[in-house]
Amino acid sequence: MQFPTSCSPFTPSNNTVQRMMLYVIAALIPAIGTLFWFFGFSILIQLFLASCTAILAESLCLYARKRSVLPSLLDGSALLTAFLIAMAIPSIAPWWVVVTGTLFSILIAKHAYGGLGYNPFNPAMVGYVFLLISFPLQMTIWQSPLLFLDLNSALTVIFLEPTSIDGLSSATTLDYTKTQLHLGQSINSIQQHAIFGFIADKNKEFINLAYLIGGLFLLKQKIIHWAIPTAVILGIMLPASITYSMDSSIYPSPLFHLASGATLCAAFFIATDPVTASSGTKGHLIYGFLIGSLIYCIRTWGGYPDAVAFAVLLANLTAPTIDYYLKGKKTIAPLAKEYTRNNGSNLEVGALASPDPVRD
Amino acid sequence: MFNFFWRKKKSTFTGGIILDGHKQVTKINTPQLPKELIYPLFLTSDRYTKACVKVGDYVKKGQVIAIADSLLSTPIHAASSGIISSIEKRLIAHPSGLADDCIILQTDGLDSALEAEPCLDYRQQSRDFLRKKIHQAGIVGLGGAAFPTAKKLSGSPAIHTLIINAAECEPYISCDESLAIASAKEIIQGSLIIQHILQASLCIIAIEDSKPDAYLALLFAAKETDIKIQKVPSIYPTGGEKQLIQVLSGEQIPPQKLVFEYGYICQNIATSFAVYQAVLLGIPLTERVITVTGAGIKQAQNIQAKIGTPIKDLVQFCQGYTEHAQQLIMGGPMMGIALASDEIAVIKASNCLLIEPIKASAIQPCIRCGDCAKVCPSELLPQQLYWYSRSQQWDNCTDYNLADCIECGCCDVVCPSKIPLVQSFRIAKSEISQQQKQAEQAALAKKRFENQQQRKLRIEQEKAVLLEKRKATIEKMKAAAAQRKLN
Ligand code: SF4
Ligand code: SF4
Repeated sequence: MQFPTSCSPFTPSNNTVQRMMLYVIAALIPAIGTLFWFFGFSILIQLFLASCTAILAESLCLYARKRSVLPSLLDGSALLTAFLIAMAIPSIAPWWVVVTGTLFSILIAKHAYGGLGYNPFNPAMVGYVFLLISFPLQMTIWQSPLLFLDLNSALTVIFLEPTSIDGLSSATTLDYTKTQLHLGQSINSIQQHAIFGFIADKNKEFINLAYLIGGLFLLKQKIIHWAIPTAVILGIMLPASITYSMDSSIYPSPLFHLASGATLCAAFFIATDPVTASSGTKGHLIYGFLIGSLIYCIRTWGGYPDAVAFAVLLANLTAPTIDYYLKGKKTIAPLAKEYTRNNGSNLEVGALASPDPVRD
Repeated sequence: MFNFFWRKKKSTFTGGIILDGHKQVTKINTPQLPKELIYPLFLTSDRYTKACVKVGDYVKKGQVIAIADSLLSTPIHAASSGIISSIEKRLIAHPSGLADDCIILQTDGLDSALEAEPCLDYRQQSRDFLRKKIHQAGIVGLGGAAFPTAKKLSGSPAIHTLIINAAECEPYISCDESLAIASAKEIIQGSLIIQHILQASLCIIAIEDSKPDAYLALLFAAKETDIKIQKVPSIYPTGGEKQLIQVLSGEQIPPQKLVFEYGYICQNIATSFAVYQAVLLGIPLTERVITVTGAGIKQAQNIQAKIGTPIKDLVQFCQGYTEHAQQLIMGGPMMGIALASDEIAVIKASNCLLIEPIKASAIQPCIRCGDCAKVCPSELLPQQLYWYSRSQQWDNCTDYNLADCIECGCCDVVCPSKIPLVQSFRIAKSEISQQQKQAEQAALAKKRFENQQQRKLRIEQEKAVLLEKRKATIEKMKAAAAQRKLN
């Protein structure tokens, strides 16, 4: 009987890119549920729009670049990008916002750089920043946490863009805190406002909790590594604790930073994208801490209320440099090098070296 | 003394993966005599043997049919009696699917053997004599690499620890485990002989903790000796030389160093058994235990196979193939080689035949997840090495210790993008060694040329000096003549 030949190992394993991406998407489910609980059908429509756009754009790109469409499409990376964008933008943003954002992510941030594995920047975050710069108005009107949209009104809001609905939008706590601090208010009085829940926004604190749950699931499944999320959280908590302990009337508490904005989404789902992060535990720690502290700095002293996207992109930019300096070369002890130089062709040594040490 | 406490000791090696064992330990069964035995003259890479029989010769079991043509090769013995029917090209067990010269032995069914030359009091014999005996018995490392055992035991520099490797860390393979259960006493004897040859002060038999029966059998057999039986964790590749030494002693052999430089030698447990047979019974290596297993075979079992038996005969003995038989692997699933046909014969290195369905998956780009680096037992950066080997940056490959890759396949198995990492490392390695050979040759040629030039120069110089001398003499003579004239 004849058999085809190939190269070892022959051990099949079920660890695939597809599996990883699907686990990450599955880990987003608690957050999606929470978003739905607060916002209603608007979030589902955004998810749907983003997914369709992403799959279409991905197929087109793969086809145009003469890659096999199906396996790459099935890896789920495009879908994950779409989900992250849809969950990051305001849920009442008009349909063309999410569509352009997703298109930009897939076409420019991903495929123009060579597709999965070659993109230096996190595609979802590039898309987000592109939207924030192009449509600052639509990107900063957030759905009020007190309003649940049913399917009809969600469709109306997203597709027909009515000029105003009462109580539709409200400021986020990050935004509100920032403007009120400029007006000289103290944190204590700011936090009396109705949009505040226990720690931060009435909705965001629960959404961040949901991200945390999903993230812990990923950690347990060993899809992500502990170092990046830990370092991101530390990167925020450390400066926040210092400033908070110096003057708690003008600096919000570290917990507020964790529970507001997209902090924990960034820590567990965005910063952990292996393609754009630096590698190795040390690299992870530095990279994560950089993201965390950048988020804190931009929030506290920068022009934008939330800073996750900018922080991640800046850190993406430094990842290769971190890698370069950290990893360098796994050095060979100079002695060993000397030895091989002197004895490299020494027959006795070469002869005794069993060519295949694992098998005796 | 302080150093001793400060040295970082790890009881295990870094990386590695836990694999499903799939091991079925069975009694060792003996199939009927095959009609035909096939012996390739090619051993491994650059080791050959020379046939010393002619077509038509009658040979007995245990008779040498091919002799070693260098220190690094070993003789081949007939595994049964019969007539040499031809010496012709047949497919051999090599990853490239090569056909090469093979001695074909038509068995006569009598299985009559040469008289054995036992040597009961091996302690009275010189170590050189014992080494010679092992060499003449054709013994090679039976763990899969088939390195000549006598060569490995040549004993310089001094060896302090002999490690008998019974870890058998690859999935599916259980031949060593079965052998240990069946012949623990003989294995201990063989290990003592090897220890005696090496004059090693310590002998440890290392066995994975997932093999309690074999462990107990060995422990019982070694009761009255100094041999230690040591359990090691069942993490692949705990049976790798450097990994095993690290597990047993905590000593980490640095990259690009060889273990014997540090006073260790590893021998496979089946080799121990073969040494026992060769020295104490005087029987050369003509048989070995082989695991035939996988979803593609009806009845998986361990077989006492004559070396030279065509694989198809063993398959038949196992009731034939199932519908899952899509690939034939010699060795384990992690490091074995895929064979093109079951006409190929069992060689000394064959410890396992694995017949499995093919599960192919599409290769995707690297997503830099770093899993490969986490599992690499040699602490390499497979992802980095992959880039360098793909872009043919051989210098960088060497700087990143590619030579230290033991091709264990861990990185390949965990890679979510299914990148054939090991394959690219193999290509890079052979490319580098080829370049090294070329460079050496070029250096040699250059040296020769320089020598030539120097010789030319020297001759010319000598000529010039001679000329000068002659001139001077002539001048002198002239002067003398002139002087004479004047006088
Ligand atoms: S095959 Fe080589 S690079 Fe890959 S894990 Fe094994 S030793 Fe490391
Ligand atoms: S395991 Fe595969 S995908 Fe992950 S870093 Fe290594 S080569 Fe890249």
